[in-house]
Amino acid sequence: MLGDTVLETEDLTKDFAGFVAVRSVNLRVARGSIHAMIGPNGAGKTTCFNLLSKFLSPTRGRIVFDGRDITALRPADVAQLGLVRSFQISAVFPHLTVIENVRIALQRRRGGSFDFWRSKRVLHALDDAAMRLITDVGLADYANALAVELPYGRKRALELATTLALDPLMLLLDEPMAGMGHEDIGRISALIRSVASTRTVLMVEHNLSVVADLCDRITVLTRGQVLAEGDYKTVSADPAVREAYLGTGQG
Amino acid sequence: MATVAQAAALKARHDSERSVGVAFAIMLAFLVAGPFLLYPVFLMKALCFALFACAFNLLIGYVGLVSFGHALYFGWASYLTAYAAKSWGMQPEIAILIGTATAAALGIVAGIVAIRRQGIYFAMITLALAQMMYLVALRLPLTGGEDGIQAVPRGRLFGLFDLNHEMTMYIFVLVVVLAAFLLIYRIINSPFGEVLKAIRENEPRTISLGYQTDRYKVVAFVLSATLAGLAGSVKALVFQLASLTDVHWTMSGEVLLMTLVGGLGTIFGPVVGAFLIVAMENYLASFGQWVLIIQGAIFVVCVLVFRRGIVGELAHRLHVRL
Ligand SMILES: Nc1ncnc2c1ncn2[C@@H]1O[C@H](COP(=O)(O)OP(=O)(O)OP(=O)(O)O)[C@@H](O)[C@H]1O
Ligand SMILES: [Mg+2]
Repeated sequence: MLGDTVLETEDLTKDFAGFVAVRSVNLRVARGSIHAMIGPNGAGKTTCFNLLSKFLSPTRGRIVFDGRDITALRPADVAQLGLVRSFQISAVFPHLTVIENVRIALQRRRGGSFDFWRSKRVLHALDDAAMRLITDVGLADYANALAVELPYGRKRALELATTLALDPLMLLLDEPMAGMGHEDIGRISALIRSVASTRTVLMVEHNLSVVADLCDRITVLTRGQVLAEGDYKTVSADPAVREAYLGTGQG
Repeated sequence: MATVAQAAALKARHDSERSVGVAFAIMLAFLVAGPFLLYPVFLMKALCFALFACAFNLLIGYVGLVSFGHALYFGWASYLTAYAAKSWGMQPEIAILIGTATAAALGIVAGIVAIRRQGIYFAMITLALAQMMYLVALRLPLTGGEDGIQAVPRGRLFGLFDLNHEMTMYIFVLVVVLAAFLLIYRIINSPFGEVLKAIRENEPRTISLGYQTDRYKVVAFVLSATLAGLAGSVKALVFQLASLTDVHWTMSGEVLLMTLVGGLGTIFGPVVGAFLIVAMENYLASFGQWVLIIQGAIFVVCVLVFRRGIVGELAHRLHVRL
């Protein structure tokens, strides 16, 4: 059984100087679920994520996260409340090592890090926790490699480990498996599933077999609007969805 | 969980710490032997600029913020120190404190105004603020206008050490600059410094991890301005002069040049760059206006040949951090 609603939007709209990228989206994500957002290129999925994480301000509408109206908050505040996003284009700190990447996120546990007079040696206390996260995503052998030197799929795994280091209530994952090989997809799928046992995941994903396998609920977006919503069976049987999305060659 | 890769990387990290230690020892030996080989005034000038460049590098090299207006903090600190020492008869350490505090205050204002701007807009705002304060310096009686503040007394440090004695002054400058250098090294290698590097590497990602990056950038900006001010304050006492040159935009350009030539985002690069540029100015002074052209040419060569700067290139070749 799924719990109550953890994230809800009301009439969420983003107008880019006349071009409406997201139009009146009412989204409800159940606590503890894995919720997919799918749709053709340019449908407004990433824009939606930017609105939810407050990297963009909505033109209209309201966002409620964990019972709290976050519409007016700054992006760092939203992250501190436990709603943490990843990026479509893999976002790592390229010239830091793998373990340093994860440690930056773990460092948040200290609260602010304005102590410029203290040696960074104090951060080595976080190394064990960082190593555990790195091992979970299969990067143990790369712990001291620079992030920039990792192959693409591994960068995504690192990004996920960094996000998980914050121990967030809810993750927004924008195409976490894009560019990954078969083996990596299997591992990251399993990881997301285990992560979701205690958290909520909202993810954009183009790989429909992954979506079918992993997600409890699916929202289909086209041209900024919600076209359909439901579990995989309902959505994939919907003629409008087949027309707009599966019909475009993605299926 | 120590794999082969980890062990190798751990060794690399220790090698890096060692390389920094060795480089520091070489620098120290040079600076201790320096006054016996070279003019102390030249060394003191170079040391002041080295500190100025290190402070500037803290911002451009470790946060990725390009300020085109750092002469503001250097120059105004220099004015206030000169004024305090001359007109108020303050002891040198108090005069330096007053100048440095002035730079800190200016840094807070400029930082808050500029920090929300990105990239070139940030650079333009810092330049605009510096130009504004240049015009203020030109008009305000306190600064002495075109004449500047001349014949600034060096005084007695803590009422004890007579700074008119050249060697005493040199030791004082050396201690101040080394202490500030070590402080900058610590800032870079602190929990705060780790966040700065993250901002430099990927600011949106840093925000998404819950860091209010603007606040970190403002603190870094103020630290940089304050340390640039310390350099300007000490310089005022070394030359017993504060003048419009110190607040002019060309001074902002010069510190950028020193940092780039030495190596952006390296620990020792700004020091090497400052010594090189100051040496060039001194020894090429007889060429008059040509100095600027020669400097320009060296800059172009550096950018073309040593894209990482002298120290950056060296560190890259030796696979160490310097
Ligand atoms: N900052 C912006 N200014 C103007 N238009 C934008 C901006 N960001 C996105 N858009 C437009 O909004 C539309 C939706 O873009 P978005 O990136 O949200 O799509 P998407 O569903 O994530 O697509 P993809 O599957 O390719 O990632 C696109 O037409 C895009 O060009
Ligand atoms: Mg997208």
